Amino acid sequence: MAEAPAPSDRNASVRRHVDPAIASAFGCIVAVLLIGSLYSSSFLSPDYLLQQLKVASFLGVIATGMMIVILLGQIDLSVPWVVAVGGMMATAATGWGAFGQAIAIPVGIACGVALGLVSGCGVAFLRIPSMVVTLAVNAVAQGLMVVHTGGFSPQDSSSPAMRFLATGDSVLGIPNALLVWAAVGGMAVFLLTRTTFGRAVYAIGNRERAAYLSGARTRLVVMTAFAISGGLSAFGGVLLAGYASKAAQAMGDPYLLPAIAAVVLGGTSILGGRGNYLGTVAGVILITLLQSMLSVMQIEEYGRHVIYGVVIVAMLLIYGRGRRHSD
Amino acid sequence: MTGDWSFWLREHKSTLLAFAGFAVMFSIYAANHPAGLNANVATTAANKGVLLAIVAMAQTLVVLTSGIDLSVGMVMVLANCLASSIVVGSPLMTALGVLGVLLVGCLCGAINGLIVIYGRLQPIVTTIATGSIYYGAALALRRVPGGDVDSTLADALTGQLPGGVPASLGLLLALVLIVWLPFRRSAIGRAAYAIGSSEVAAYMSGVPIRRAKFVAYTLSGLLAAVAGLFLTCITYSGEASAANGSTYTLYSIAAVVLGGVSLFGGSGSAIGAIFGALMFRTIGDLLFVFNVEPLWQPLFQGLVLMAAICLGAARLLRIRNRLDLYG
Amino acid sequence: MSLFVMRGVSKRYGGVRALQDAELVIEAGRIHAVLGENGAGKSTLIKIMAGVVTPDEGSMLLEGRPVSFASPAAAHASGIACIFQELSLIPDLSVADNIAISNPPCRFGLIDRRAQRRMAEDALTRAGAEDIHPSALVKDLSLSRRQMVEIAKALARKPRILILDEATSALTAADVTKIYAVLKRLRAEGLALVYISHRMHEIVELADDCTVFCNGRSVATFAAGTRTDNEVVELMIGREYNAVFPPRTAHVASDSPLLLEVQGLCWTDKLSDICLQLKAGEVIGLGGLDGQGQRELLLALFGVLRGATGEVRIDGRAVAITGPHAAKRGDIGMALIPEDRKTEGLMLPMSVRDNLSFAALGNLSRWGVVNAAAERAAVERIVRLLAVRTDGTDLAAGSLSGGNQQKLVIGKWLLMAPRILLLNDPTRGIDVGTKQEIYQLLRQLAVAGAAILFYSTDYDELVGCCDRVLVMYDGAIKRELVGAQITEHALISNALNIGAQDENAATQRAT
Repeated sequence: MAEAPAPSDRNASVRRHVDPAIASAFGCIVAVLLIGSLYSSSFLSPDYLLQQLKVASFLGVIATGMMIVILLGQIDLSVPWVVAVGGMMATAATGWGAFGQAIAIPVGIACGVALGLVSGCGVAFLRIPSMVVTLAVNAVAQGLMVVHTGGFSPQDSSSPAMRFLATGDSVLGIPNALLVWAAVGGMAVFLLTRTTFGRAVYAIGNRERAAYLSGARTRLVVMTAFAISGGLSAFGGVLLAGYASKAAQAMGDPYLLPAIAAVVLGGTSILGGRGNYLGTVAGVILITLLQSMLSVMQIEEYGRHVIYGVVIVAMLLIYGRGRRHSD
Repeated sequence: MTGDWSFWLREHKSTLLAFAGFAVMFSIYAANHPAGLNANVATTAANKGVLLAIVAMAQTLVVLTSGIDLSVGMVMVLANCLASSIVVGSPLMTALGVLGVLLVGCLCGAINGLIVIYGRLQPIVTTIATGSIYYGAALALRRVPGGDVDSTLADALTGQLPGGVPASLGLLLALVLIVWLPFRRSAIGRAAYAIGSSEVAAYMSGVPIRRAKFVAYTLSGLLAAVAGLFLTCITYSGEASAANGSTYTLYSIAAVVLGGVSLFGGSGSAIGAIFGALMFRTIGDLLFVFNVEPLWQPLFQGLVLMAAICLGAARLLRIRNRLDLYG
Repeated sequence: MSLFVMRGVSKRYGGVRALQDAELVIEAGRIHAVLGENGAGKSTLIKIMAGVVTPDEGSMLLEGRPVSFASPAAAHASGIACIFQELSLIPDLSVADNIAISNPPCRFGLIDRRAQRRMAEDALTRAGAEDIHPSALVKDLSLSRRQMVEIAKALARKPRILILDEATSALTAADVTKIYAVLKRLRAEGLALVYISHRMHEIVELADDCTVFCNGRSVATFAAGTRTDNEVVELMIGREYNAVFPPRTAHVASDSPLLLEVQGLCWTDKLSDICLQLKAGEVIGLGGLDGQGQRELLLALFGVLRGATGEVRIDGRAVAITGPHAAKRGDIGMALIPEDRKTEGLMLPMSVRDNLSFAALGNLSRWGVVNAAAERAAVERIVRLLAVRTDGTDLAAGSLSGGNQQKLVIGKWLLMAPRILLLNDPTRGIDVGTKQEIYQLLRQLAVAGAAILFYSTDYDELVGCCDRVLVMYDGAIKRELVGAQITEHALISNALNIGAQDENAATQRAT
């Protein structure tokens, strides 16, 4: 067998150096802040920034689940309607009286977990590509919600708890949503860096065969990862419903592509096995700020879409490129 | 020579299955349609089916090289908006307009291809970003729905041929004969299959990888533009609908999977994808024919999609060495 | 004038020198053998010749004119065809498509299928593989058939120089004989052949000239037959060849506990009715020709194969091992060092520490949370024990040399303190120094009470390390050699003999 060890020296030390992707992402955040402040004096004000962070929190929760799945080397395209399921089921539960109000949030999340488990079984046991399974789950979730709402906009309103989490500020004026994101993020970091589950996720994303032969319970890990992603997507939906005081049709649609983009811009490899939660945080904030900057610049909607796409491609060209065949 | 048939069958197994699936569904549909299978019913059904089929063909070309194109729906929308502006007027203007739309489609495909080939970015994230760019361009052309299209052309494409055969089927046949079959039988087309099957082996065999990928992506853009043009002929207007774009993108992936094209690349045929798309559309119509409430249709469509992909996983039951599952 | 000359060729990968000032001179109408251990640079040299990889320094001359190849296509155009170890066949395409992949006959811009088929049939005949149908899909063919198609593909390009990189490693015995005849015929036709192998008997059979590579340099070039085998081996390893195997312990006590007992193990058509016993302290080898089920047996024991029937007893208890996670459990205590360390044994981009601790992570954690201090201590203990040469445990596993990577794979399992150790060709592609260390380690583990079962393609290893050798043929254990009966001669002749006997029996049954 040919012995050609060592990918480039960049990979030689795995942990010591700052990941260039994360550094670039934070650099871009600074750039966006500066450009935005040229157009609006209040762009850099603490109130506005906190507001941005609050909005980013919803995307952040969803992107956390997406990151875990992407680390495995898979993808979760069921986000749009699992988010909607979370929101709609939570608001529906609220309508069941006082008991319903108390369990509204867990109900919403549980529905997401159930859908995630379906995806997870398809990927882990039936070895169906995750892109296809999660697409199908998305379609089924949509079907279920159409039946549930009768095709109309759901009329149930959110429970006080949901509204509190999404819109209140309890500690030092910091939005609760941001605290929720921080808690979710903290758990994700703990899971990924300090537990056997997290280690297995990275291992499977790097080389599933080797992880399997080392005795890791790969199928369980995959199922759990998708269940977490489903649960977090649904939780994002619960928060969104709390923010708007009710759920809405297609409420999750605007979150799929930004979630993927945020994870990838944060340096997580779309092929799996490599990534850092700090990067995802940076990616989420960057995407949110980018979208606000574009609206502050009063650029027409079409310009926003174009610039959004161009920025993503540009950033990936800087640090997301693959290897040449002749290397 | 007797052995040859068995090899041909082996090679085209998935396409034949897709055809069988479609034939079964369509016969049930035709037999149970309340108004019987007259020409008008067939034409309406065909128009919807062919639209998805063309997008599915576009997706197939990219999937064969083991890529994925999440911008195909947006290219269709862009072509739709462009066509509603320039495919009008005198016959010469109309012809030039058609040419313009097709060229724009090729350009979009080429941009995707160049970023994937020279930028060495993963197709999934590339096409998410470029999809946003193309949507922005579509929005720039048609901030509000409107426009028109040359009625002779529209009637020709969406009407009927002598004998009651829907003209759209003729368009589909023409695309297969002019675009797909020459591609499939050419050295470049075979190179595309080779890349999807094993890019490393293809490189070592001296296959022109860059050229083949470029042609695949460009032709994909071309077909997506044809779909957009056809959509304009159906609706007589242009609309920059993001929902439409993403729906068609996701449906095209479903059609491709139903049509037996492997998402890993290297096997399958656009003809299979066409049957997959027609099958997918017929499901919706079947539900209508069996008087299933419209409310339940999305759910059934999702469940059928789920069932179909699980069936595809049945072959896994025959795998005896678990290491083969972990590629 | 020589047909092809390479001078001063160098190539580095990251911090490692794969080739340094390499030299090679190829003449038409002669078979030139390139010898060397794995990692000596032979494959890199060949990849440079075939245009797959570009050299950092050096020059190549084709018939006196300087050439350089930016891609395999360029090398093909110059008349150089290469048959690689990792096959370059496209699995989802047919044999004919593969043979004509880079230069298909075309008509009106489309591929002329009939002409292509004729071309394929000609090439297959030239390669001695007429029995392969041109329309068959490559992924449906066995490894040996695929190798023959690979050879036909190279010949279809009508090359002037044909390079074979370990081309016979996947072939059945019958196909190997065919290939020898084909190669000799090609030589007579004026082709220049470059043949890479580390099997001495092949070199003896075929070569006219030999070049030996060692540590990335071409150390000697001579006509075949002018050096003894021992001299050649010494050139290959760069020092005095004295294979040192740790002494076998005296006959294992008969009251040693029976750790593993297998009765009637069957699996598809690859394993039939395997029966074996492993006592604590024994080192058992699996012998026989390549591909007779040795790998499958190890996988079956480890629970990787589905649908295996038969009885497996650990410590006298019947167990059903459903997968690696069950096999490594404390009460069974099995470990498998897999065939390919890069894709099955390690996660190369992850750190040394993450790789080493991975299998035993369950033992180093409580309620799913990893005890970082315990992990660090365990990892450092193993690194010291195995003398893994690495600059700290944060380095990516992929940056270590092959020998050290294999140590990581073994170390990972040592942390589980396994009682039954299964090894799938553990020293393949590893430098001699590390090999010695691994032999010592295996013997130490056996003395400490583990049972070791390993498959090796290296006869010297089987002779030097094993207490017993089970020679396999066609998925069954045909012969057992014990102690002094284990000699290279016995191994080879039994392996071939069994093959010949069974083939004779089969032919007689058929007639």
